[in-house]
Amino acid sequence: MSQKPNTLRSGPDDTGHFGIFGGRFVAETLMPLILELEAAYEAAKADPAYAAELENLNTYYTGRPSPLYFAERLTEQLGGAKIYFKRDELNHTGSHKINNCLGQILLAKRMGKTRIIAETGAGQHGVATATVCARFGLPCVVYMGATDVERQAPNVFRMKLLGAEVIPVTAGAGTLKDAMNEALRDWVTNVDDTYYLIGTAAGPHPYPEMVRDFQSVIGRETREQIMEAEGRLPDALVAAVGGGSNAIGLFHPFLDDPDVQMWGVEAGGLGLEGDEHCASLNAGRPGVLHGNRTYLLQDDDGQIYEGHSISAGLDYPGIGPEHSWLNDIGRVTYVPIMDNEALDAFQMLTRVEGIIPALEPAHALAQVIKLAPKMDKDKIIVMNLCGRGDKDVFTVGKILGYDI
Amino acid sequence: MSPTDGTRIDHRFAACAKEGRPALVTFITAGDPDFDTSLAILKSLPDAGADVIELGMPFSDPMAEGPTIQLASQRALAAGQTMKKTLAMVRSFRENDVETPIVLMGYYNPIYAYGNDAFLKDAREAGVDGLIIVDLPPEEDEELCIPAIKAGINFIRLATPTTDDHRLPAVLANTSGFVYYVSITGITGTATPDAHRVAEAVTRIKGHTKLPVAVGFGVKSAAQASEIGRNADGVVVGSAIVNAVRASLDAENRATETTVSAVTQLVADLARGVRAARSQAAE
Repeated sequence: MSQKPNTLRSGPDDTGHFGIFGGRFVAETLMPLILELEAAYEAAKADPAYAAELENLNTYYTGRPSPLYFAERLTEQLGGAKIYFKRDELNHTGSHKINNCLGQILLAKRMGKTRIIAETGAGQHGVATATVCARFGLPCVVYMGATDVERQAPNVFRMKLLGAEVIPVTAGAGTLKDAMNEALRDWVTNVDDTYYLIGTAAGPHPYPEMVRDFQSVIGRETREQIMEAEGRLPDALVAAVGGGSNAIGLFHPFLDDPDVQMWGVEAGGLGLEGDEHCASLNAGRPGVLHGNRTYLLQDDDGQIYEGHSISAGLDYPGIGPEHSWLNDIGRVTYVPIMDNEALDAFQMLTRVEGIIPALEPAHALAQVIKLAPKMDKDKIIVMNLCGRGDKDVFTVGKILGYDI
Repeated sequence: MSPTDGTRIDHRFAACAKEGRPALVTFITAGDPDFDTSLAILKSLPDAGADVIELGMPFSDPMAEGPTIQLASQRALAAGQTMKKTLAMVRSFRENDVETPIVLMGYYNPIYAYGNDAFLKDAREAGVDGLIIVDLPPEEDEELCIPAIKAGINFIRLATPTTDDHRLPAVLANTSGFVYYVSITGITGTATPDAHRVAEAVTRIKGHTKLPVAVGFGVKSAAQASEIGRNADGVVVGSAIVNAVRASLDAENRATETTVSAVTQLVADLARGVRAARSQAAE
């Protein structure tokens, strides 16, 4: 069948917009670089050799396809819909972040760039970036909020082992947004040789599209795997959203299947009443930051809040522009999950299935725990288990009162 | 051009050109370190020798700024500065000065949050002459640039070392008032521009436009201002002035007796610098 006239999968438009969201709100110094990147990405997409190299790395370096796992005990315990996990936590480096990093580092190489910079929150993207830089022999600088450097010490050490330089950012509250500001400042200073490897489906066009394309391998595999396992598409997809790259990767290949419901799970932090959360879609409003228009947590004067989440990977006051659009057209339902709900889900999965999830997908799991019992037993939920929890055992231990 | 044509910015650059010298464009952050002190600094700038004033609208995430202006933004926001207060400063300034151009400089989100139409109307009424919005490249002209021009406010574009001849016409297309040449690839107040390369770039830009070209990012001293001003139509000094503010503050970042004079002394020194820029050529 040819492309449907009213597909939800054709965005962004030529100027990088999903509805009113997205765009290219960057300083003039960066604008030529962004246009160069867009052209390079278009050329790479048309080159079969590029796709073949990426697929080879996905298979033999990352370990794709990741399994689609039927969580039998959890399904029994919740007593409703059948629950499947897309196990991207089994990827090399422990999360979905590697999917995007491999795609972009191959692009950086094609463009002749010799230095890689990245921002990181939880450190998963930083580790994945440091990993591909080691693999391809390129110097790597990772900007990380000073607060995150402290609470994600194992990942900081991993990045250093991999040869990356980790620069703690003390501006603001020292979290992901501040790290992204600093990475942009580096890029604007080192325009000739540097490639900015953005970790989520946000930032100026073409990043949201490009990162989504690299992460869509998750949804494409899920389609094939669920057809094989169940002979039909799932009834619901659930994924955590910070910037939203794992979620858009799972959702995008299903957007034109109206019977597949989708849930994006935001970090509700300590609750949506104050500003101790990161629920941009549920409690923010449209604004412009980091190169795109999207929902942002901000005050009446347009100053951006820092946000709060137990999970450093969700600790971002914005969200990818395609999610803002999917929210406004009602295709995806975005719900908040509080810190304590995520923590309960984290412990439940560990005990019931023997899988320690990262705190980010623990938010998605908390939503699955709410949904599944209300659905019939012949219904199917697929959740993106996008990261493993090794990095979080110290954070969780501290909260549970264990002295590690 | 008859005296009634053009904006305050056009008139001021024309007047400086007639004097055979570049314009001194001075930047301060609105509300740094507090509203009253910042207003006093603003009002003192023309007498100290500033020809054009850039008034920074503080933002929580100033992506193109070095540490100096980042911290000034934080001081201003901590002291309660808002967009309404920034516009109130301009209104107050205009009570005594109807000639010195004021250009608001900053980032798009605080304007977008205020509401673009309301902002342009209020800015125009307050006496704002131009806007420099760092994160609005020509690709996003429909957002604010075109509406600003329609509202009678100049939209001043940044041209940078990465803006090549192929791209320059797009950058200049909807620019008015003057062109702001960013002398380095980088953030404000960090690297020192290479005067020779800046001169080449200014000449290149002038080949594409009749607008005055002002040069900024990294100009710190009167001597540098003098050197850059040899062929630029304006010299922008920002971080050095903001540093003078900061150096005058007490340990709790509060203004002291010397805060205003620290700025006026530096600006007077810079004003002598731009006046010396072409003295040899004039002789």
